[in-house]
Parts: sequence; C-alpha cells; structure tokens
Amino acid sequence: MSGPSDYQPTNPVLKWIERRLPIFGLMHSSFVAYPTPRNLNYWWTFGAILSLMLGVQIVTGVVLAMHYTPHADLAFRSVESIVRDVNYGWLMRNMHAAGASMFFFAVYVHMFRGLYYGSYKEPREVLWILGVIIYLLMMATGFMGYVLPWGQMSFWGATVITNLFSAIPWAGDTIVTWLWGGYSVGNPTLNRFFSLHYLLPFVIAGVVVLHVWALHVAGQNNPAGVEARTEKDTVPFTPYATIKDMFGVSCFLILYSWFIFYMPNYLGDADNYIPANPGVTPPHIVPEWYYLPFYAILRSIPNKLAGVIAMFSAILVLAFLPWLDTAKTRSSKYRPLAKQFFWIFVVVCVLLGYLGAQPPEGVYVIAARILTIYYFAYFLILLPLLSRIEKPRPVPNSIADDVLAKYGSKTPPMVSTVIALMVAGALFAGSTQNAKAEEEVTPPSLKWSFSGPFGKYDRGALQRGLKIYKEVCSNCHGLSYIAFRNLGDPGGPGYSPAQVAAFASEYKIKDGPNDQGDMFERPGRAADYFPSPFANDQAARAANGGGLPPDLSLIAKARSYERGFPWFIFDFFTQFQEQGPNYVAAILQGYQKKPAGASLPEGTFYNKYFPGHAIKMPQPLTNGQVTYDDGSPATLEQYSKDIATFLMWAAEPQMEARKRLGFQVFVFLVIFTGLMYFTKKKVWADAH
Amino acid sequence: MTTASSVDTSRRDFLFVATGAAAAVGGLATLWPFIAQMNPDASTIAAGAPIEVDLSPIAEGQDIKVFWRGKPIYISHRTKKQIEEARSVPVSSLPDPQSDQARVKEGHDQWLVVIGICTHLGCIPIAHEGNYDGFFCPCHGSQYDTSGRIRQGPAPANLAVPPYQFVSDTKIQIG
Repeated sequence: MSGPSDYQPTNPVLKWIERRLPIFGLMHSSFVAYPTPRNLNYWWTFGAILSLMLGVQIVTGVVLAMHYTPHADLAFRSVESIVRDVNYGWLMRNMHAAGASMFFFAVYVHMFRGLYYGSYKEPREVLWILGVIIYLLMMATGFMGYVLPWGQMSFWGATVITNLFSAIPWAGDTIVTWLWGGYSVGNPTLNRFFSLHYLLPFVIAGVVVLHVWALHVAGQNNPAGVEARTEKDTVPFTPYATIKDMFGVSCFLILYSWFIFYMPNYLGDADNYIPANPGVTPPHIVPEWYYLPFYAILRSIPNKLAGVIAMFSAILVLAFLPWLDTAKTRSSKYRPLAKQFFWIFVVVCVLLGYLGAQPPEGVYVIAARILTIYYFAYFLILLPLLSRIEKPRPVPNSIADDVLAKYGSKTPPMVSTVIALMVAGALFAGSTQNAKAEEEVTPPSLKWSFSGPFGKYDRGALQRGLKIYKEVCSNCHGLSYIAFRNLGDPGGPGYSPAQVAAFASEYKIKDGPNDQGDMFERPGRAADYFPSPFANDQAARAANGGGLPPDLSLIAKARSYERGFPWFIFDFFTQFQEQGPNYVAAILQGYQKKPAGASLPEGTFYNKYFPGHAIKMPQPLTNGQVTYDDGSPATLEQYSKDIATFLMWAAEPQMEARKRLGFQVFVFLVIFTGLMYFTKKKVWADAH
Repeated sequence: MTTASSVDTSRRDFLFVATGAAAAVGGLATLWPFIAQMNPDASTIAAGAPIEVDLSPIAEGQDIKVFWRGKPIYISHRTKKQIEEARSVPVSSLPDPQSDQARVKEGHDQWLVVIGICTHLGCIPIAHEGNYDGFFCPCHGSQYDTSGRIRQGPAPANLAVPPYQFVSDTKIQIG
C-alpha cells in the first residue's frame, strides 16, 4: 500500500539527507500519507497504544536498571531503595510494574480484535505470525522481569517455570541445569535473567518493525473485512489516525494512571514483598494474571509432559489460525455463528484465567479441564467446521458504503452469549462458596486515615506507633529498611532534624573496622538504619524457640487475604487496599483462649486471625503496657491501630507523595482527554 | 468540506492550539521525573552529610586522611616552620595566587584542611613530599607547598579547601 514516496522536503538540509537516506520520505509515506481505512473503530487504536507501552517499558526499564543490583543478596533491597530513596523512584517502579500489566492487557485486546475481525486471513498471515512471535517474546520478557525483585513469588515462580523444561524427555534435566547455571534457581539465574530481560525488549522492537512493515504491505484490515479499493475508502494516517490514536492513548493513560498512583499492588501478589527464601514455599504459587489462562491449561492435564505440551500448544495454535479458519468472510460482524462462538471463547479465556489462580482441587480441576477442551476445540474443530458450514451475511460493497450505512438498527442480544455469561457467573459464585467453606477468618475492615485517594498518615498515630515499635516490637523484630532520617521526611512522623539526630544518638550502631582491625560501637546518626535485635537469622531463631520474627519494614504489604467475589471488583473502584493493616491490627487483638478440642503445637498460642490459628509469637501487647505522651487511650485497640499505621508508613513512606502527584496527573489527563476528544471530532468532521 | 465561517475556524484553531499546548506541558511534566531520578538519591545525600573529625590525636607535624562524599581530605597539623614557609612566599609569584591566611581558619592557623585531589587530572598527591615540604603528585609531577598551593608542575590551581568549621578547638565539622 505504501510504495516509493514522491515526498520531497523543502528544507535544503533535509533535502540533502533525503537524497542519501530517504528517511523523511519513508516516515511520510508510512505515517502521514499512509492510506487508512475510513471505518476503523477504537479497537484499532491498540496498535498505537502497544507501541507507546513498549516505549514506556523500555524507558522506565533502562532508568530502573541504573539503580537496580542484579545479585541475589542485594536485589530485593535495591528495589526497596529505588522506591524509598531514588527521586521519583517509586514512580518509575510503579510505571514499570503497572506498565507490564497494561502492556499485556492491550496485547490481549489487540489479539482478540484480530481474532474477531479475521485480521489473520490472507494476505496478513505473516503479519499475524509476527504478532504471535512478539507475544511469545513478551511472555518471556515478563516472566524474567518478575523474577528480578527476588521476592518469594519471583523465586518460586522461577523455580516452577524453569522446572517445566525437565519434562523434556532425555535432555530435560540437563536443560534445566543449563538454564539455572546451578543446581537450583540462584544468583547465576538472576544475573542472566537480568541480562536477557534487558535484551529481549529490543528484540521485540525489531520484530515490531517487521510487524508494521508487513502491515503496511497489506494495509489495515477494517471492521467490514472488505479491502480498501478507492480513495473514497481511506483517509491519510495523519491527521486522522494520529489524532484518533492520541485520544485512545489518552483514555488508556487514565486507566494506566489509576494503577500507578492509586492501586499499585492490586495486580501483584503480597508474597513478593517477602524476600526470596529457598527454604519456604509459599502456600499458593501464582503467576502474574496475564499468564493465568495458560497456567490453568498446564495444570488441567494430569501428565507432566503433556501438560507442558498443552500449555505451549495453546499459544502456538494461534500461529496456525490462518489455515484453521479458511472462511472467506473476514469479519465476524457478518458471521452470526462464528461471532457467538468467539464471545464464548472470550469468556472461556477469562474463566481459565480465574481458575489459574485457584488451588488445583475439586471443582476447579474439572472446570479447567472442560474449558481447556473448549479452548483447543475452538481452534481445531469449531473454526475449521464453521469455515465449511456457516452461511455468512452479505458484506458491504466497500468501506465507503460501510461508513455511509446507517447504524440505527441495534443487533438483538445473542442468546448464547448471555447463557455463556450466566454460566461464568454461576461458576464464579459457586467457587466462592467453596472458598467460604474453608476455615479462613477474615480480619475486620477498620477505618484508616491513609485510605482512599486523598488519604494521609495520621502524624500522631505514626509517632505513637513508633513508640510502640521502639518499646515493644523492636525487642524481637527488625525495621531494617527504615533509616532514622526517614523519621524527618515529609509524609512521615514529622520529626525535626534535631529530633532525628537526638533519636538516632540513643542507638548504638556497630561500625568499623577501626585502624586496629576491630569493630566498635558508636552513637547512631541520621543516615543509619534501625538496628536489628539479632545479629543474624540463626541467632533470632535460637532466641525465639526456633521461630523467626520477621522484619517489620514491609509486613503491612506482605500480608493479605482474599476478598472474594464480587468484593475484589468493587475494591478496584473504591481503592480498597488496606488488607495488610487490617491483618496486623487483627493479629495483635486476635489472641484468644484455645477452643475446646483444638490442638496447639508445643510453644504456640491460639490466634483467631493467624492462618492455621497457631502463632509462635506470644501476645505482645496488652492494655496499659505503653504510656502515650499525648493522652491517647492506652488500650490494646489503640495500640493495634497505631502500630498498624506506623507499619503501613514503614512499608510505604512515599504514599502521600504518590497520591498527591496522582491527583495532579488525573486532573491533567481528564482535561487532556476532553481536549483530545473534541480535537478528534473536529478533525474527523469531514470524514464521517 | 464547505467553507467554514471565521468563527468556526478560530474556534477550531483555539482547540488545536489548546490541545497542542496541553500535550507539550504534559510531555515536559512527564519528562522531569526521568531527569530528576539521576540526581543523587536520599541515601547518597544522607551518606554525604557533614562529618565531625576529632583533631586531638593528630600530633604536630602529623597529618591524617579522611573521606567525605567519596573524596580524600588531608588534615595537616602544621609546625611553626611550615606556617612560616607558607607565609613568607610573595603571593603574586604563585601560579594560583592565594594567601595562606585565606586557606585556613583564623586562630587555627596550624590546621590545614584540603581535598587531596590534584587539580591537574585528579590523582591523589602524596603528603610530606616534594621540594616544598607539601604535597607531591606522582602522576605528572605537580608540587604543592605547606599551604596546599601549586608551586610547580602542570596543575593549574591550588588544592581545594572543603567547607568546614571548628565546632571546638579540637574538633572540626567538614561539610
């Protein structure tokens, strides 16, 4: 569609370059004059959104790599120091983490668009296959990226996925050892994943160039599935598609910003705020949401090798689509049967995703098997069958006719789609009943001053919580990510520099070696971190009957609980993310007399909210134990709220800055989206 | 498209200008954090906080080296002879004219505090070496005197004096 351009720049310098490297002509013919179908809908803006997200991930990734240390002993801490100390480090990290999810969300919309409108059909087969290659590269990149923070889920996700390759007959174990660079996932693995994670996005960029090139050879598909023939069918890419894409991008940025500024941990796993521990497996190992459907397919096959083959086949089958679906009609708009099966397929993918996050037990397994069968049947049986037996509706004569056609008649709701959605809803509801049947007691939801878009830490609560930590908790628990200087940072307890110095000087900090080669103790300074009560984990265990009191810096983000359906949907909109503080406060008040008949292991105590109810920590706080200087009630309830508030600040000291910038960004984006909307309408006024 | 009225045209232009301006502002505002993140982070700034150095263990004629903000700093307890030598030189004859008094604190003339980085190409000069009983840089032969001033060699400037003050007669705070 875009041949040699007759574009000539007027500027003499540009003319000089153009004669030697016709890059301006190329840019012009590809992105300015390029004929774009006039009838594209907003599903077509996701190509531009994806290009933007690739750029965003590369830029934020390069920036993060300036501060990240890819060593097993240092990686977790380096990520925390990015979030706490680097200027706008929290923003970079949130952009990159949320960006990965947004990147996959956009790619799934983009792929479903391709499926629905037959964009994989002749002559766009290579374009489609290049897309599958990009998708595979994205999955590899995302997997390796998630390992880098070296949290529990990073480590164990890496262990599970790399172990998949041991299913390969004869060479499997050798391959896994080769991948690991050792006898288990460890530092060599982390180092090479960092290197490859940095490399692959540029490989993706290269394949994207081929993808866009292949696209420009054939030209865009369009909702009618009818190829462009005359000039009346198309408009120049700039300004029509450019401005429309910018509007689409602007709307997308609003969703993206919601995650960055207000729900940064919604799509993540609390366990990844626990440093990787090769000796402790998390109760549920779950990949990031964008892998869940394939994880469900993997686990639904009882045979290890067959499961691995099924999982990879589920992706590879996409590459064969142009030869599986040979129907002449491109767009499902005119294929009434194919359309319904398509929507069922979408629901099946969503449900498989849900099942991928559930424990592989009971009704979940059966459901996953049924849905896996549908998944493969859709590609291998349904689509080929429909190609032969379906009678499509007549397509428009041209794109221009499609644009002129009246959109007045509303298509009647498809009965089968409604049934499919009801089945999905029933499955959801059914599985939550199972969840409730388990012995999990949910902590009560308390009111927190820092919740919501305008939440702030209650300074009094922070100072009281600090007092509790110092007098009670610090005897067993470290707070090693907090430095004394943080007590004076904005958005925290609000100590003055003099108060910080005085507070620090009360501590004895180990330093050295001195000129004699000995370690010595000196008074603390603002730059020092809270010292841990024990020299190392072994000493901590020895002093606590074998139990290891966890460092409390991140406890408020490392603990969570299921909210269940439909609450987790409402939570996204209400910005509920206070599971951690609710849990901490509940544990502290949850000590009860052991119920009759319950057996407690030796040396543990009964706690209503602790999973399994047997906690090794004796009740740490009781009424009247700590005297408050500001006259607040010296009750266990007050202590619990204050220490939970303090620990939330310790886990996320930059929260107030995050919400403040978030508000400014949202105001800007809403205004900008409005401006883009009207600009788009003005630009398109003569084209519709 | 039929000819638009001038009101419509100016409304459209206003819209385009407003959108373009908003995009530019948004773009610059987005760019700023990416630039700011390369500035020293909070832990680096905290590690570069002023340090206190106790001078009492340093005997006359002795010097020590401390590190502050990653830079080596010489603290020299000068003898009377060294101070005399520094002050007897005509200031105008120096490659980088500066009086000794301007390089030390009044009332504490025996204490010389200089950053131990040669102003030529950044090597660390050796103390108590060279023709002037000051510092000698082994890389390209620059010679500094007992006031840390360049006397001979390719270095263009005197050894830099870091910001410091006396918190007591025997203690200084650097930074």
